[in-house]
Amino acid sequence: MSMPPVPPLISKMERDLKALLRHRGIADPLMVGIHTGGAWIAAQLHRRLDLPEPLGLLDISFYRDDFSRLGVHPRVRPSSLPLSVDDRHILLIDDVLFTGRTVRAALNELFDYGRPASVTLGVLIDRGGRELPIQADVLGQTVDLAPHQHAKLLGPDPLELSMVEAGARRQVR
Amino acid sequence: MSAGAPVRPCYAGALPARMQLTPGGTLKHFLTIEGLTRELLTTILDTAESFARVKDQPIKKVPLLRGKTIVNLFFEASTRTRSTFELAAKRLSADILNINIDTAATVKGESLLDTLRNLEAMHTDMFVVRHPHSGAAQFIAAQVAPHISVINAGDGRHAHPTQAMLDMYTIRHYKRDFEPLCVAIIGDILHSRVARSQIQALNALGTGEVRVIGPQTLLPAAVEELGVEVFHDMQRGLRDVDILITLRLQRERMEGAVLPSEHEYFHLYGLTPERVALAKPDAIVMHPGPINRGVEMDSLVADGTQSVILRQVTLGIAVRMAIMSMTIAGSLEH
Repeated sequence: MSMPPVPPLISKMERDLKALLRHRGIADPLMVGIHTGGAWIAAQLHRRLDLPEPLGLLDISFYRDDFSRLGVHPRVRPSSLPLSVDDRHILLIDDVLFTGRTVRAALNELFDYGRPASVTLGVLIDRGGRELPIQADVLGQTVDLAPHQHAKLLGPDPLELSMVEAGARRQVR
Repeated sequence: MSAGAPVRPCYAGALPARMQLTPGGTLKHFLTIEGLTRELLTTILDTAESFARVKDQPIKKVPLLRGKTIVNLFFEASTRTRSTFELAAKRLSADILNINIDTAATVKGESLLDTLRNLEAMHTDMFVVRHPHSGAAQFIAAQVAPHISVINAGDGRHAHPTQAMLDMYTIRHYKRDFEPLCVAIIGDILHSRVARSQIQALNALGTGEVRVIGPQTLLPAAVEELGVEVFHDMQRGLRDVDILITLRLQRERMEGAVLPSEHEYFHLYGLTPERVALAKPDAIVMHPGPINRGVEMDSLVADGTQSVILRQVTLGIAVRMAIMSMTIAGSLEH
């Protein structure tokens, strides 16, 4: 199966995010991207939405629930969030929504920084296979992948989605 | 040793270096720097860098080791090392138990193995061990159940690998690369487990030149074989040095009169502002603590602008977080 090109998906996310913010009456959201792919998508959306505050970044490695299987990542990139996210409306951005475990870990880390007023989830693609009750509020596109197939965002310039068959080295773009 | 507790056979001929790694080459115990590769030491430093920022979060904690129980098993007094291990464990969300053996069971006649078996029976996951006898941590690592990791927090004169790694982390923090550096370790090398581990780590990381400076009586025999240049004179030894590491004069480990007096020692080897000026202008001054002010170091140096001694303590927590999480991950793999 071939993967969709990224720019139109980001344009759709931009439109839907603007509509959602208008609908909910949110004037000053705080955008946060999840390392690495989510941060690339968030950087583009942050520019397009012309948000005044700097983009926040999260590396959720220390919050993962699979430490016992995967161990410690030696290079965890720094998370950068404003000192408090208390009462802020957060736009949490990731590239691929799969099991929902990354988003759960990101929510846990966010709540270590304070108590946001709301968290809105935006993702580039939803590939199915959820293991937790987590859904995107804003979505580029749904892509149905088999359990052994994995979607990966390559970037940051240009951004390109690729599909990796587990057990095979072959990448389909 | 009492009858009840069975002694598990020590790994026949296994060097601690091999014994502390999993079959996959990751850390399972952390007993000594000896035999560890540059790559693994660099991974520890990189991991520490990732943990360094946890202290800046509003909640200074990550949930990585939630549900793990770590025992600080100290057979020798320590404030700094024990408390930084405790803080490191707490910032990783582990539960920690502090046991001071001096004042606990062994006084009542319980053997070391019985103490270990009892702590194992409490479903603990890691022992952080400090002991006055060289090789104690290795012995304990050979005896504990396979799911338990052991970290050496100082054994006799043998090794203090987490202190050495926090010193390496401090050096990398200020100087980035090890290759161009000249590092001088000053003082009581003979009684210092810290110096031994530092020398091994500096050499493994490819440091340009490692010097030791001290009186003959405080240098081990054949110290050159450790891979160091030997100096007995501060004037010559400190020239063009980037990093000055002063060691504590280990009064409690001195046997017989190896020194005329502390006053004489300060006169010959004490780190004074004039002596620091012999090194490079941007040199940094380190000390593993606790400092004997006016014995190995002048207060003007300890509190001076080139001193990074308190930074070492701060950075030590991140390094211990890295080593604790890496060894626990290793024993899960096991």
